[in-house]
Amino acid sequence: MNNYPAIVVIAPLLGALFAGVAAWVEDRATYPIALASLGIAAAAAVNDLITVMISGPIQYNMAGWAPPMGIEYRIDGLNALVLVLITGIAFLNLVASYKNVQQETPDRSGSFYVMYLLFVVGLVGVVSTGDLFNLYVLIEITSLSSYTMIALGDKDRGAIASLNYIFIGVIGASFYLLGVGYIYIKTGSLNMADVAAMIPAMTESSTLLVAFILCIIGVWIKMALFPLHVWLPNAYAFAPVGFARIVAPLMTKVMVYVMVRLMVSVFGYDYIFTTLSLSDGVVWMGTIAILAGGIIALSQKNLKKMMTYIIVCEIGYMVGGAWLGNELGMTGAILHIVNDALMTFALFLAVGNMVYKLDRVDITDLQGLFAKMPWTMGGFVIAAFSIVGVPPTCGFFSKWYLILGAFEAGAYHFAAALLVSSLICAVLFFKVFEVCFFEPMSEGHGHGDDHGHGHDSHGEHAAVAIEEAPVASVITLAVVSVSLIVVGLYSGTIVDRIILPFLN
Amino acid sequence: MPELLDLIVDKYNYWLYIVLMMIGLYAMIGKNNLIKKLVGMNIFQTAIILFYVSIGYKKGATIPIIQGDHGHGAADAVIKAADYINPLPHVLMLTAIVVSVATFGVAMALCVKIYQRYQTLEEDELRMRLSEK
Repeated sequence: MNNYPAIVVIAPLLGALFAGVAAWVEDRATYPIALASLGIAAAAAVNDLITVMISGPIQYNMAGWAPPMGIEYRIDGLNALVLVLITGIAFLNLVASYKNVQQETPDRSGSFYVMYLLFVVGLVGVVSTGDLFNLYVLIEITSLSSYTMIALGDKDRGAIASLNYIFIGVIGASFYLLGVGYIYIKTGSLNMADVAAMIPAMTESSTLLVAFILCIIGVWIKMALFPLHVWLPNAYAFAPVGFARIVAPLMTKVMVYVMVRLMVSVFGYDYIFTTLSLSDGVVWMGTIAILAGGIIALSQKNLKKMMTYIIVCEIGYMVGGAWLGNELGMTGAILHIVNDALMTFALFLAVGNMVYKLDRVDITDLQGLFAKMPWTMGGFVIAAFSIVGVPPTCGFFSKWYLILGAFEAGAYHFAAALLVSSLICAVLFFKVFEVCFFEPMSEGHGHGDDHGHGHDSHGEHAAVAIEEAPVASVITLAVVSVSLIVVGLYSGTIVDRIILPFLN
Repeated sequence: MPELLDLIVDKYNYWLYIVLMMIGLYAMIGKNNLIKKLVGMNIFQTAIILFYVSIGYKKGATIPIIQGDHGHGAADAVIKAADYINPLPHVLMLTAIVVSVATFGVAMALCVKIYQRYQTLEEDELRMRLSEK
């Protein structure tokens, strides 16, 4: 039996255990352990993806107990893709954020890496599992580790942001749990495939309707769909950089994955779009989320906050796309999970580099940054282009599928919102570029104590020395930025080989 | 009116959990003190545990330990599902209790941290302090 599906989850879990023990002896020992376990997980995830593409979905029975009694891990194209994404981003971020962690939490780096690994365990578990209750437990593992990590951040506001996140997160998770309870009442099973087989026979049931609504609202709260997004901006903006870089791209996207999984593999298209015909209302919600997220982002003065509202805006893309009720829209939504995770990761890597050097990143602090941190800004520009949707970056292609889907479904307001939000994002980023490029550097900046790994060339302004972030962060940012273009160019392959086989 | 009464009496477990849940939700949203909010959160989670426990229960049934011979003989005994309460929801709740305890612990630790920083747990005072800066 192929054990790779379990290794993806177990490697970081054991890593967290060993790292926790090692932290008692020597804090520095935790970093190599974390790196090694995430490396193993990433390798196993890639192996899963290759296996799935060659020989179809993998069914893995945890501890040998057959479903529906045991917990089943079912890896198909969608999970395998998202698993590679999660483990890859988690690994790269660990490489990139070593210096940031030392800078921000020098005395707690041991606990930081332990919680980091547990967070990844939760995410990969949520994505791998084929059991509804197991999904709840893993969501809570993810959330609990992110509560603690966010509290490690900003000294004044970190704990308060985290506590607000707990209150709302608990409501979300509890709604989901309640929904699972109703599914269990009706079907007597918790295995997704098992439940999915029984649902077509009971579409008239009001119990099922309640279950569906509770599950979906729970997941919406967790993914910060517009009116339910209030916890997100503070929580992510005040988290330590090393953690914000992973939670911002992955947490919400994994919740979108859960929504897609519930829609496609549990409740089914027929139930959602034919029996309940919920498409219109939810697409409107997505439309509003896109516009509201964009407009609020425009009004932010702090770069970190601005990025968090862009996440809220992007969630609207994916929710709207998934609920259009046609294959194009769903394809766009799934492709956008991948693309948005990469784009957000690149953005937060760049912002993290700025925070490393500047400490504060209000937009007025960014003057002259193109001269000072050319590599970081280069990555930032590519990520920004991708968010705006300039071809050939990957953001363009998923937006293209979403717009095609919107036209096919006749949801012109959604298509319009997508275009308007591209405009808003363009305005937003060019506002930042303007400050970074044209406004001269004010006094007080550019005198950082530690000249990291300076490049010896000087920019046009002789007075401005290049002061880049740590070289590992810059290289990671370069890799991710290039991947934005590569994934964009190969998005046809991803759609044909992975997403369409999954949807059919 | 009698139908409504029947509905309430027949399904009193569901009504109870909804009432508890709303009390918890009210406390989480309406209260000013962070500890009171935490208590509300705990009531909210307990309501769901109650819901799960009640759906596993059957009238006149016993705990799910197979009666009759021990060991090998037990497998041959005829098992009537109606005689035993459903253990699965109860087992699930063991996990959910662990989750809720862990959440409560983390939230309490955060409250301690907030109190050490601001010497208050009242939300309006916290908001005032934050806006001063």
